[in-house]
Amino acid sequence: MNLLAMTVLVAFRILSRHRLRSALTMLGIIIGVGAVIAMVSIGQGAKAAVQAQIATYGTNVITVYPGSINVSGVRTGLGGAVTLTSADIEELGKLPHVTDVGWSRREAVQIVHENRNWFTSVNGVVLGYLTIRNWSLDAGDLFIQTDIDAASKVILLGKTVVDNLFLPGEDAIGATVRLKNIPFRVVGTLAAKGFDSRGTDQDDVVFIPFSTAERKVMGTKFIGSIGAGFLSAEAPEYMDQVAADVKRVLRQRHKIRGDQDDDFTVRNQLDTVKLQEGTSESMTLMLLAVASISLLVGGIGIMNILLVSVTERTREIGIRMAVGAKRRHILLQFLVEAVVISAFGGLIGVVIGVAGAKVASNFAGWPTIISSHSMFIAFGFSALVGVFFGLYPANKASRLNPIDALRYE
Amino acid sequence: MSLIVCRDLVKTYSMGETDVHALRGVSLTITAGECVAIMGASGSGKSTVMNILGCLDVPTSGTYELDGVDVSTLGANRLADIRNRKIGFVFQNFNLIPRTTARENVQLPLFYRGIPSREQQALALRALERVGLAGRERHHPSQLSGGQQQRVAIARALVTNPILILADEPTGNLDSQASREIMDMLTRLNTQEKMTIVLVTHEPEIAQYAHRVITMKDGIILSDRPVAESQASPVVMEQAGG
Repeated sequence: MNLLAMTVLVAFRILSRHRLRSALTMLGIIIGVGAVIAMVSIGQGAKAAVQAQIATYGTNVITVYPGSINVSGVRTGLGGAVTLTSADIEELGKLPHVTDVGWSRREAVQIVHENRNWFTSVNGVVLGYLTIRNWSLDAGDLFIQTDIDAASKVILLGKTVVDNLFLPGEDAIGATVRLKNIPFRVVGTLAAKGFDSRGTDQDDVVFIPFSTAERKVMGTKFIGSIGAGFLSAEAPEYMDQVAADVKRVLRQRHKIRGDQDDDFTVRNQLDTVKLQEGTSESMTLMLLAVASISLLVGGIGIMNILLVSVTERTREIGIRMAVGAKRRHILLQFLVEAVVISAFGGLIGVVIGVAGAKVASNFAGWPTIISSHSMFIAFGFSALVGVFFGLYPANKASRLNPIDALRYE
Repeated sequence: MSLIVCRDLVKTYSMGETDVHALRGVSLTITAGECVAIMGASGSGKSTVMNILGCLDVPTSGTYELDGVDVSTLGANRLADIRNRKIGFVFQNFNLIPRTTARENVQLPLFYRGIPSREQQALALRALERVGLAGRERHHPSQLSGGQQQRVAIARALVTNPILILADEPTGNLDSQASREIMDMLTRLNTQEKMTIVLVTHEPEIAQYAHRVITMKDGIILSDRPVAESQASPVVMEQAGG
């Protein structure tokens, strides 16, 4: 311990003797580590933001859409089938690990309030839908079961619709709006969700009870036909199982035989998350590549300067050997110098990286997450670089012949 | 008691295709407490003998026993140990580590011996006192005169209480005043503290300080006699000096 402590002390003294040289040598490591810390912070911030965006869809949601049907060789495209019904979804609610179900049907309509109007999408929904899709109120109340049962003419307005139909400060709750000339009473306004991952404004929407939509606004060709069904699973690990069960039950209910195509589509939210994770994984790999290249360059810089140092200090090495330094003493001395340079550079790099991430979040408004995890890894790697690239020069120094080293001019 | 026993030391360096025979069979015995000067022109092999005696080099053939141990076959680490514990070096160009204080220079052998830092400092300060440099322990070599630097080097050689001090042209870079001081100091160590000293020089007046002068030429010992005798035969001296 005494020996190591002294060696570190000597290394610090020698490095501070050549301040500019040491600083320039560290630069490669500083830039490498700094860049990695900053990029990882920004990357993780972006990832968290996207995850938050995905979460606005609801948690552990499995969505069922009506599929395409083939009418005399003409395929209708997704949603063409009218065979997916509220009864199907209710039945799916009995599957294990399904906590809630809901459904909706959508149509684009012109909505009018006094002398203002707005073109938006109206959704006939049941209470389960609002829960699963995580809609919360800004003001007023959600629907109650009676509204659904009685097909009441009540409506919930999304933020964008409120902004376009009402003047600032005007109270929307209790106001009357018209859809296809049918008056609806506004019972609640919804909290904003923002844009979804495809860039659609999720708040440009209004909700009415499903029964109202079916009977009074949209009409139907097939009783109970829905635009989309939603199920929430108990936990993420059950989602694949639930999705498979949904498929099985629906095929059974729709009497689809073995080789026939499904007349519905099941979407698992986990797939979206996985897709996102795949993107961030390739991003991480790229970062890693950049980091290793800059650490490699930094390491070569350290090796280079140490080789110069070994040559410059050949006499000193000879003196140390003459008074009894063994190979390992000399090896340790140069190795410690390399590690001090690289670890110190790594430390400065971490500080600069954190500062860079802060600047990015303060001035560019990017969300950043600084994890101590990435700081430790980056710092540890920079120290390892010192060991790796210091080994060759240190070994070279330790193998010098004492007489040659002493006589070196 | 024989401290150094060398038998038929041969050292051959291969310089490309030709072999250089630095030593062609040197046998010598040095008793503990002696003060021996090795003389000879450059290329006579005196430095090679010195390197082998100092365990900085190993002979191509022949044996070298130091303090009863055959060191001619030892590995680098064991040789480093012997240099650390049994030998103190004084070089012509002082060989102090630059930009490092006198005390730290003196501490160096103790550091590699692994003794506690506090003890190192105390021993180093005492050694500096012995060579008359008390109060200069914080000076760097560049702040000291040549004679003072050589005294730091002597302190460094003494600090481990070695059984043998090897001085390679210790006065080669000093003026006559400083040379005299350094030689007085070395002789004092020999007479008062019974330390065995081997010094290499090409200056006859420096060799006068020793009790015994070994003269070398072309890799062999030309003469080996007590100082009084060598003074009486200036012919041999001239030959050796030439």
